[in-house]
Amino acid sequence: MAESGASTSGRHRLTVSPHHPNGTATTITIDADLSAADRARLEQVLVDPLLETGAWNGAVGVHQLDIGLIPGVTDTAAAQVVHAAGLLGIDITDAAVGRQIDLDDAIGKADDTEIRRRWANPVIERWRIAGPVEPGFAAREADPAVTESVELPGDDESLAELGRKRGLALDLGELHVIRDHFAGLGRAPTDAELETLAQTWSEHCAHKSFRAEIAADDGAAVEPLLAQLRRSTTEIDAPFVVSAFDGNAGIVRFGSQRTYALKCETHNHPCAIEPFGGANTGVGGVIRDIIGAAHRPIACTNILCFGPADTPDDQLPRGVLSPQRIIDGVVAGVADYGNKIGLPMVAGGVLYDPAYVSNPLVFAGCIGVAPADRPALTGPHPGDRVVVLGGRTGRDGIRGATFSSMEMDATTGDVAGASVQIGDPIVEKMVSDLLIDAWDLYTAITDCGAGGLSSAIGELADGVGADVELNLVPLKYAGLAPWEIWLSEAQERMVVAVAPHEVEALADLAERHGVELSDVGSFTGDRRLTVRFEGEPVIQLDTAFLHDGRPRRRLVATQPKPIRTRVALSCHDPAGALLALLAHPNIASKASIIRRYDHEILGATVIRPLTGLYNDGPADGVVLADPSDDDGIAIGIGVNPWYGLQDPERMAWAVIDEAIRNAVASGGDPSAMALMDNFSWGNPTRATTFGGLVAAVRGCCDAAHLYRAPFVSGKDSLNNEYLAADGTRHAIPPTLVITAIGHVPDVAKAVTPDLKQAGNVVVLLGRTLAEFGGSHLAMVLGDGTTSAVPAPDLAAPGRYRALHAAMQRGLVAAAHDCSEGGLAVALAEMAIAGRLGLEIAVGVVDDDATTALFSESVGRVVCEVRPEHLGEFNDVVGGETRIIGHVSAAPTMTVSGQFELPLDRLVAAFNGATV
Amino acid sequence: MNRPRALVLRAPGTNRDGDAAFALDLVGADPRRVLVSEVFDNPKLLHESQLLVIPGGFSFADALGAGRLFALELVTRLSEELAEFVEAGKPVIGICNGFQVLVRTGLLPGAGLTVALGQNAVGSTSNGKFICDWVLLRPASKRSIWTAGLTEEIECPIAHGEGRFVCDPETLAALQANDQIAFRYAADNPNGSLDDIAGICDDTGLVLGLMPHPEDHVLPRQHPQSLRGHRGGLARRLFEAGVDHAKETR
Repeated sequence: MAESGASTSGRHRLTVSPHHPNGTATTITIDADLSAADRARLEQVLVDPLLETGAWNGAVGVHQLDIGLIPGVTDTAAAQVVHAAGLLGIDITDAAVGRQIDLDDAIGKADDTEIRRRWANPVIERWRIAGPVEPGFAAREADPAVTESVELPGDDESLAELGRKRGLALDLGELHVIRDHFAGLGRAPTDAELETLAQTWSEHCAHKSFRAEIAADDGAAVEPLLAQLRRSTTEIDAPFVVSAFDGNAGIVRFGSQRTYALKCETHNHPCAIEPFGGANTGVGGVIRDIIGAAHRPIACTNILCFGPADTPDDQLPRGVLSPQRIIDGVVAGVADYGNKIGLPMVAGGVLYDPAYVSNPLVFAGCIGVAPADRPALTGPHPGDRVVVLGGRTGRDGIRGATFSSMEMDATTGDVAGASVQIGDPIVEKMVSDLLIDAWDLYTAITDCGAGGLSSAIGELADGVGADVELNLVPLKYAGLAPWEIWLSEAQERMVVAVAPHEVEALADLAERHGVELSDVGSFTGDRRLTVRFEGEPVIQLDTAFLHDGRPRRRLVATQPKPIRTRVALSCHDPAGALLALLAHPNIASKASIIRRYDHEILGATVIRPLTGLYNDGPADGVVLADPSDDDGIAIGIGVNPWYGLQDPERMAWAVIDEAIRNAVASGGDPSAMALMDNFSWGNPTRATTFGGLVAAVRGCCDAAHLYRAPFVSGKDSLNNEYLAADGTRHAIPPTLVITAIGHVPDVAKAVTPDLKQAGNVVVLLGRTLAEFGGSHLAMVLGDGTTSAVPAPDLAAPGRYRALHAAMQRGLVAAAHDCSEGGLAVALAEMAIAGRLGLEIAVGVVDDDATTALFSESVGRVVCEVRPEHLGEFNDVVGGETRIIGHVSAAPTMTVSGQFELPLDRLVAAFNGATV
Repeated sequence: MNRPRALVLRAPGTNRDGDAAFALDLVGADPRRVLVSEVFDNPKLLHESQLLVIPGGFSFADALGAGRLFALELVTRLSEELAEFVEAGKPVIGICNGFQVLVRTGLLPGAGLTVALGQNAVGSTSNGKFICDWVLLRPASKRSIWTAGLTEEIECPIAHGEGRFVCDPETLAALQANDQIAFRYAADNPNGSLDDIAGICDDTGLVLGLMPHPEDHVLPRQHPQSLRGHRGGLARRLFEAGVDHAKETR
C-alpha cells in the first residue's frame, strides 16, 4: 500500500501537532489557490494555539509515518474543512484529512507488516514514510456506467467457479435454480440481477441454515430452527407481544403508554478486519433497524468477545490483527457511534477466550420507544413513491452480506476491504430526528443494511412490486456501475414509502433537518421488481422468485452427546481462588471500557452498568425510564460460550435463565419479559456444528416456554471460522447471547446489588449442586475435567415471580445473581459495591464448601433483607430460601471455617485487572 | 404564568438538547429546540427568546476539534445578534460542547486564543479518551447570575473527551481576580483541568460555560445512588437561577 506522492501546484498542507505529548499530528491537505491571508484565517479555525501548533507545508521527517485515507472512504473531517472554508469565503476544490505519527526509534522496524500490525489499516488507509502521502480525494474521472449480461455456464465446474470468482456465496443447487429460471425466461441474467439474488439469498439475509430442512442423525423429525422459535412464541401467546420475528425489530407493549422495539445484531467479520469501522457501523446499523421499525431509539447494548489482550504476536495466525488492536478499535468504534448519535450505551458484556483471536464477536443491540396508541404502518401501497433518505451512495460496502456469509482466511482483509465502511453518526442522528418528526408522512419504512438498496427496496416491494430509477440515487462520486449503486451498503440511508401527495411535505421537513431526500420511483402493484438506469431496465425480477425462489437447504445434524455427570471440584485455597476469580478478565471490572460510553444521556438511566457506593460494582441488569414518569424497563444479558463448548442445549437454558434473572434482580417483572436471541456459530455444513445449533435452539424454545418469556427478535451469524494459511481451522465456541427486556412498573422499586446496611440478613434463593463443567473455578484452577454444566432449574420461574412480588413490597434491600464464579464472587461483588463486610456460613448451602462457594448452578439470587422484613420476605418468597449470614460493618468478608479477606483486597483484585 | 422562552440551539450533531429542554421545562421555562440554520434564516427566533442554551453533543461531528465549526458558524453569521442578546441582559449557558463553542465565539473570555478545552489528560499524558462518570461541583462565583445563589455542591455526570480546561497564566489570574470561575471540581479532577476549573462565566455574569451536565441531574432518581436513598446535589437550582433571571428580561 505504500506509494509515492506527487505535489501539485495549488496544494497546501497544514500539520497540526498537539502540545500535549501523544505523538499523533493531524494533517489537512487542501487543493486551492490560497493567499497568505487565506491560510492565516484557515489556521485560526483549524489550530487552537493553546493546545496545538500549526505548520504549513512542513517536511515529513525520515522517522515520520504519514497516513491518509484511501479515496472513497468517508472523510467527515475533510467535509468540515470545506464547510469551514465556505463560511470564511475561501474557495476550496478538495480537502483530505490524515495523521502523522512520530515513530522515533521504531522507524527501524517499520516495514509494511509492522505498520499494518500497529499503526495503519490497509483496508481503509495508505501511507508513506518520510514524505506526504497522496491525499485521498474522491476520484473525479468516472468509469462508464455499464450493465453486463452474465452467461451462466452449463457445466457445474464452470458454474461453481463463476460463483466463487464473483463472491456470490451461493451453493451449486442455488446456482442451478438461478440458471434454470433465466433459461425459462430465454435470457441471461444481468450482473445486477445476479448480485441481487446473491445478496438476497445470502446466509446473512436469508438465514438459510435457520430455515433449512433438518436431517437428524437419529432420524428424529426436527422442524426448521426458525420455525421452532416462531412457534414457541406463538404458543406462549404473551399478551404484551405486538410483533415478533417480523420486519426490522421485535415489538412489545409494556404498561399502557409505550411500545418498545428491540433488536440485536452481530458485526463479527467486519470487526475482524477493520475493528473501528466494523464496530462503528454495527452500532449504526442496529440503530437504523429501530428507526426502521418506526420507533425512537433510546438505548444501546453491546457484547464483545475478544482474544486475550496479552496474546503474543507470534501466536497469531497470519492475516489476523492482534487482540489488543481489535479491542482498542472495537471499543473506540462503539464509543464513537453511540456517544455521537447521543444514545446511552447501557448494558453489555466483555468476554475473553483464545478461541476468539481470529474471529472476534461484536453484538450490538438497540431499543426504541413509541407511543402505544400510534397506529401501525400499512404500506407500501401501489402508487406510493420510493424515497431514499440520508447519506449518499458510494462504492463502499459492496457485497457485505455475502462477505459476512463466508469463512475468513488470510486474504480476507485484502479482498473484502470494500465491504467495511466508516459510519457517520451525525448524519444518522439527523435522519432519525427527521423520521420522528415525519411520522405521519410515510406508509412504510426500512433501513439500508446488508445488500443496500437491493434488500431495502426488495423487501418493501415484496408482494407489491416497485419500479425505480438508479440514476436518481444521489452519489458520493460519479462512475458507479448500476449494480454497484443498487448493492452499495453505504451507511446512514433509509427507504420510506410515501403517498405522492405527501412527498413535498416530507421534502420540506427533510430540508429543514439537513437531510438529503430523493424520490427514485414508485411501488407498482405488479409484484415485479424493475430497476432502471437512465430508463433502461437493468433488473426485471419476479418478487416471488427473488424472495421465495431459493431452494430450501438441507443440513445434517449430529446431535451432541454432552457429559452430564456432576463432578465436584476440590479447592484447597478458597481465598486465593476467590481473588483469582475477581481478577479474571471475564469477571474483573470492565470500567475502563464502560466509562468510554455515555450511559447518562437522555437522563433516563436509573440503574447503570456500574453501581454502588462508589459506582464501581457490577450491576445485574440496567434499568431505564423516561424522566417524564417512572414506568420503565430492565435489560438483562446472558452469555456463556464455555457451557456452549460442552453442552449447547444446557447453555441455552443457562443463558436464558441468566438474562431473565439479571433483569428480575434489577426490578424487571418476570411475567412481562421478552427475549432476543443472537447465535454466533461456526460452519453449519459441518454436521456436529449444526447439531450443536439444533440442540441450542431446542433448549431456547423449551426454556422460553417454561419462563413464559417469548422470543420477539433474533439473528444468527454463522461461518465464524478462520482458515489459516497453514490450513488449520479456527472456529469460535458456540456463542449464544440472550437479551431479556422486562417491564419495570415503577423504577423507584428497582433494586441494585450493593450491600446497604450492616446488620441486614443475607439470603440465598435457589438450589446449589456440584456443577463445574465450563465453570470459571475450573478455569482458574486449570482443571480440564469434563463434567456437567449447570442443569436447568425448573423451579426458577416461580422463584423469580415471588422475588419480584417481594421487591414490589419493598422487602429486598439488594439483590445479585450468582453466575461466573458462583456464590463467592456474587457475595464479594455485593460487598465491593456497598463497601460493607459480610459474615457468611455456607454449611446450609452444601456440605462441600467448594460447591457451596464456587458452583455455577443457575436460578440463584443473593438477597439482602432487613431483619424486620425477614418474616414477610419468607412468607412471600418461600421455597428454596436459605439464610447464609449477615452484613457487617467491619470491612471484611468472612466465610466461617474457610477464609477471611479484607474488603480492600477484594476491591483491588476486582478493580485492578482492567484492560 | 410567566414561562420565559428558552432557545435550545441545535447544530447537526447536538444531542443533549432534549435533556436541556427537559430541565428547563421542569423549572418553569418554555424551551424550544431550534436548528441553527432556522435561526440564520429567522433571527427573530433569538430576539424573541429570553434565555439561550447551547447544549451538549458533537456539533458537526467535532471533526475539526470540539465546537470549532459551530462557533465559526455563529461568529460569521450571528455574532451581532448574540452580542445584543447579552447586552439585553439575557442569560446564556453553554454545556459541554456548548462550552467548547462559547470559548471560541468570544461570548466567554478567550475567543480561542487564551482559553481552550483540550483532550482529557491523566497526569501529564493527554489521551482524549471519552470519560463518562459523576463529578462533584463546587459553585465558586458570585458574579455569575447562574451560580451566585447556589449554596450547595452539585453532583452531575461528565461525558466528554475534550474537557481539560487550559488558559494562559494572565487569563487565569484575571478569571480568579474577577470572580469568573463558576465551578470547580470539588473531589476528583476528572480530565486534568487547570485549577480544577469545570466552568467559567463572562464579566457580565450572564454567560456560563461548563463541561459537566447539570441537565442530567434535575430529578433525584437520576442520581446513581438514588436507590440507596441519596437525595441532594440536584442541579435544578442552577436552571432555576437562569430562568428566574430570564423572567426579568423581555
